[in-house]
Amino acid sequence: MHPVIEVSGVRKTYGKTVAVEQASFEVNQGEIFGLIGPNGAGKTTTMECIEGIRKPDCGTITVLGLDPFRQVYKLQDRIGVQLQQAQLQKRIKVWEAVDLWASLYGKKAIDGRRLLAQLSLTDKRDAWFMNLSGGQKQRLFIALALINDPELVFLDELTTGLDPQARHAIWDLVRGIRERGKTVFLTTHLMEEAERLCDRVAIMEHGRIIDIDTPESLVRRHCPERTVVLDVSDPAAGDHFQMIPGVESVTCENMRFTIRGRGDDLVSEVIRCLSENRIRVTDFRTVLPNLEDVFLKLTGRSIRE
Amino acid sequence: MLRGLWKLTWIEMKIFMREPLGAFGTIGVPVLIFVVLGRFASFRTGTPSPAVMGLSGADLPVLAALLISVSAVLSLVTIISIYREGGILKRLRATPLRPQTILSAHVIVKLLLTAATLGLMFLAGKRYFPPGAHVPWLSFTIALLISTWSVLSIGFLIASIVPTARFAQPIGAIVLYPIAFSGLFFHTSDLPPVLRAVARALPLTYAVRLLEGIWNGDGWFAHLGDVAALTVLFLLFTAISAKVFRWE
Repeated sequence: MHPVIEVSGVRKTYGKTVAVEQASFEVNQGEIFGLIGPNGAGKTTTMECIEGIRKPDCGTITVLGLDPFRQVYKLQDRIGVQLQQAQLQKRIKVWEAVDLWASLYGKKAIDGRRLLAQLSLTDKRDAWFMNLSGGQKQRLFIALALINDPELVFLDELTTGLDPQARHAIWDLVRGIRERGKTVFLTTHLMEEAERLCDRVAIMEHGRIIDIDTPESLVRRHCPERTVVLDVSDPAAGDHFQMIPGVESVTCENMRFTIRGRGDDLVSEVIRCLSENRIRVTDFRTVLPNLEDVFLKLTGRSIRE
Repeated sequence: MLRGLWKLTWIEMKIFMREPLGAFGTIGVPVLIFVVLGRFASFRTGTPSPAVMGLSGADLPVLAALLISVSAVLSLVTIISIYREGGILKRLRATPLRPQTILSAHVIVKLLLTAATLGLMFLAGKRYFPPGAHVPWLSFTIALLISTWSVLSIGFLIASIVPTARFAQPIGAIVLYPIAFSGLFFHTSDLPPVLRAVARALPLTYAVRLLEGIWNGDGWFAHLGDVAALTVLFLLFTAISAKVFRWE
């Protein structure tokens, strides 16, 4: 695995506002890399610097071995871009947009008809852009980002404003891009999206990257707490639970016990305690922390604001 | 370097035609004004109404031609600023498409429309001219295309920098008003020195002189200076606008 994007010490300001500060990270060939954080964290600015649309104030960026700002036209031939809140001409037809985009690149474009079929846009070929639904517009933008068969695809908040069904369909598409050996760089403020889709994520807040790793490692590192919730009929069970190694607190409400502790072994320790003491359980579930909790822990605030 | 130009031009032409009001405003209005004015100043009856007594000979066709040219500029400025405001330019920016290509496509669309409007106008206005009158249609069309091209370069410059479509309107009007002292209604030599200097910097001044001359049967040689001036102004405005072009 070699990096296709290398970002080192990037800073970008707009007037007095610092949008990105000391951003450094690498994105490897063939992975889905997510930049996550709340709105206004600097994700889009970072992405646009990598795409060559904006020039960073300082720091260096290398994308596919190119300087994205100086060699922007060379780079654009090899990447695909989907921008946040982009629009097309109101009365351009779907097939015309695909046809136009296909003509812009130096190498031969992929089959537009097949691409539209893959994105379930075949019936909308002759529709005007202005008459498409939000999900259809988003799929068209994905089609335009893929038309030149890019080595690296940028997706900025691609499922914002879509219903859950459309969102799942688009996630499948993105996984499909990775399966063809391409690299995907995406931004999102949806933690669920990052957790389900990304191989690695970088958490960004106030223009700074706080941590980078796989979603699982981030959760394990920052939120080692585990919670087990179980319903039992024996009120004395609480005493046994207190004895489990790693347990930090046990609370009980209407015979429903909530056991909090840390360490990967907590769940198996709870199960062992139940079987050794022959405690009858009517319901059992574990609550695992997720990226949302990691974010809360790292920044002290919820990503949803 | 101009990859995608023809496809973009063709698509923009189709998009323009799908916009009923846009097509009517650009093609219909100048033809309509010409027909209405032509009726008042009817050369056929031989008794032109006093209001348009001042307009004679070449003035009417030249005025109409300039209206075509100015409406092309207004439409260019409006379209580019709408594209900028709506994020369409930004989307195009993230492709290998270059600003020159986008502007060129729109200019070609406008020039084709200008030629089409002029053609319609000739058809509509034929009966207002005495039979057998010799009008150099072809040269006049070429002169108008050169003029429009040059005036469009001011449009470029405005289109390159106006932030929103709302700004485009008043700024477009600034392009429109200089018609007043471009020599169409009175000779530039009658103007006070300051306005005369302004007139010298405006493409419209040379456009009026060129169009009038060609209409009245002058040869191209007599107007090489005007064509040269229009070309220089075109190059100047285009060079500046390429520098200051804003995508968003």
